[in-house]
Amino acid sequence: MSTTIAADQIPHLQVLDENGKVVNSDLVPNLPDDQLRELMRRMVFTRIVDQRAIRLTRQGRLGFYAPVAGQEASMIGSEFATNKEDFILPGYRDVPQAHFHGWPLYQWILYSRGHQHGGEVPQDVNVLPPQIIIGAQYVQCTGMALAFKLRGEKRVAITYTGDGGTSQGDFYEGINFAGALHVPAVFIVQNNQFAISTPVRLQSAAETLAQKAVAAGIPGVQVDGMDVLAVYAAVKQAVDRAREGDGPTLIETQTFRYGPHTMSGDNPTRYRTKELESEWERKDPLIRFRNYLEGKGLWSEEDENRAIEEVKDTLNDALKQADSYPKMTIPGLIESMFENLPESLVRQKAEFSGEAK
Amino acid sequence: MAELTMIKAVTNALDLELGRDEKVLVFGEDVGRNGGVFLATEGLQEKYGNQRVFDTPLAESGIIGLANGLAMQGFRPVAEIQFFGFVFEAMDQIVGQAARTRYRTGGRFSCPIVIRSPFGGGVKTPELHADSLEGLFVQSPGIKVVVPSTPYDAKGLLISAIRDNDPVLFLEHMRLYRSLRQEVPDESYTIPLGQANVVRQGKDVTVIAYGYMVHVAQRAAEQWSKEKGVEAEVIDLRTINPIDIETIVESIKKTHRAVVVQEAQRSSGAAAEIIAQINEHAIYHLEGPVLRITPPDTVYPFGLIEDEWLPDEQQVLRGLEKVMSL
Repeated sequence: MSTTIAADQIPHLQVLDENGKVVNSDLVPNLPDDQLRELMRRMVFTRIVDQRAIRLTRQGRLGFYAPVAGQEASMIGSEFATNKEDFILPGYRDVPQAHFHGWPLYQWILYSRGHQHGGEVPQDVNVLPPQIIIGAQYVQCTGMALAFKLRGEKRVAITYTGDGGTSQGDFYEGINFAGALHVPAVFIVQNNQFAISTPVRLQSAAETLAQKAVAAGIPGVQVDGMDVLAVYAAVKQAVDRAREGDGPTLIETQTFRYGPHTMSGDNPTRYRTKELESEWERKDPLIRFRNYLEGKGLWSEEDENRAIEEVKDTLNDALKQADSYPKMTIPGLIESMFENLPESLVRQKAEFSGEAK
Repeated sequence: MAELTMIKAVTNALDLELGRDEKVLVFGEDVGRNGGVFLATEGLQEKYGNQRVFDTPLAESGIIGLANGLAMQGFRPVAEIQFFGFVFEAMDQIVGQAARTRYRTGGRFSCPIVIRSPFGGGVKTPELHADSLEGLFVQSPGIKVVVPSTPYDAKGLLISAIRDNDPVLFLEHMRLYRSLRQEVPDESYTIPLGQANVVRQGKDVTVIAYGYMVHVAQRAAEQWSKEKGVEAEVIDLRTINPIDIETIVESIKKTHRAVVVQEAQRSSGAAAEIIAQINEHAIYHLEGPVLRITPPDTVYPFGLIEDEWLPDEQQVLRGLEKVMSL
């Protein structure tokens, strides 16, 4: 005989249904109108930047890019629940969160192209450049959260991975250490249903990914990741708990990426059906939240157009700034290996500067 | 001044640095109440409390990832990997993460962690406790690799490692933990990383070693001197990434012959790198090829054959005879 944890034992949060109607009024976050509009503006911004980024990648003006359309509620809603002094450790798809936490767009463009300055996050911005190794950021997040706890700072460390990331050792080690050390951390799993091409049912026999929290002894919550208010509410609750010294939380946002894994050549038609795509498109986070805001008289076509227009200027400025940024050099690269270069690297620096001794 | 074993010198260095800088933290498996499986951290939790000296869950990647997060937030973590054979579990957090942090962020973040770990053979451990895996890190950019061979050096090098603003791997040879005692000053002192030490003067051949092999080389050199009147100069590298090639070249200019003694398997490790650098910097001072005295290219063997596998004085003497005859 065996028993497993069932999905209905894990809290599942939803505020808006697919048409933008409130289904759980207790959970509606207490956000002023201008902040509700800001959430929408950011989601529109993210959707349009994604479309532009895909075109720029095809034109060779961007390098590495992992599309985000479909995940806007999960990304924007979660970052919106943090404070500027909280620290975000993003995965490679989590560019919107890093950007709205302060990472300038031109640095994202440089990062995408493979320029070192992309990761040189401004001093007052609390993010790391996006992590490439799946799950590596989870254990580091616990370390940062422990730093805040030891210093008695009311700050929270927030990190992201995907459904595939929950299979990694670092995922388990990160949440288990966080539970054992009782640190102010929030771990978000954006379950977008596919790890490149591998569906989540091949990733794990667990009914939900949130229930992986149970083994770590921390709360696990599943949330409708296409519902920005639900994501905001769940993350806000977790962030507040962490800030008050009540420990870490694992949050699974159920979402979907409309595009391919990255712009490097995977073809989603090989691993998912049109029907599945249509099913998720009906849950679209922008349509849903737009309906909700329009119902409250907080969003109009004019607002939408203004938000779209704004992207053009912002992105063009960022592209210009990235284009004009000085090129990297091999001596510069060598200098970034250590604070003080050992003799061997001093010699190599001279050699690669064309001044070989 | 007190006579200390290497393990006590390590404890003393940690104690002094914990006392000097409140950003220094010491953690790992069993390092708290138990004081570490070799007692390197004995008494430190009692003295500094469980916020600064603490046990972690049993997961090496988690331990180093924790250190990386803390270091990027301004702490000075000294993390222990209980036995160096367990380091494979943490390879990404060390080589893929810590060693790349400064480069990846253009210097915005650094990762000043120290990873202490017992390593090296000859103490009849179970499998994967006694490996000499330092070569994996000698090849990795962005991390320094320090291997003390005496209690005095262990203290001064560990203090330097903790104060260094980049990641340092600090490897403590298990066979040296309690096998020798040495006068060690009570107060704090540093020995610069990346600086070798000539531990025996000689004019006929240069012997380059690190860790326990320094002692094997010294004993062989003494025996050789007595029996044959041939004088070997023995260099203790102390740091194997980066390698102090200047000290090696200076010695070779005098002796014109050299041999490297290494406890790790033969190919592609520190010895290979040392010889490559000798080739680049001192080949015209040599009268013959530089040899490696090492075990064969097998995995580190089970206990009943390890003494035969590890280089000993007789093997070093044979190597010295050979290098003199070429």
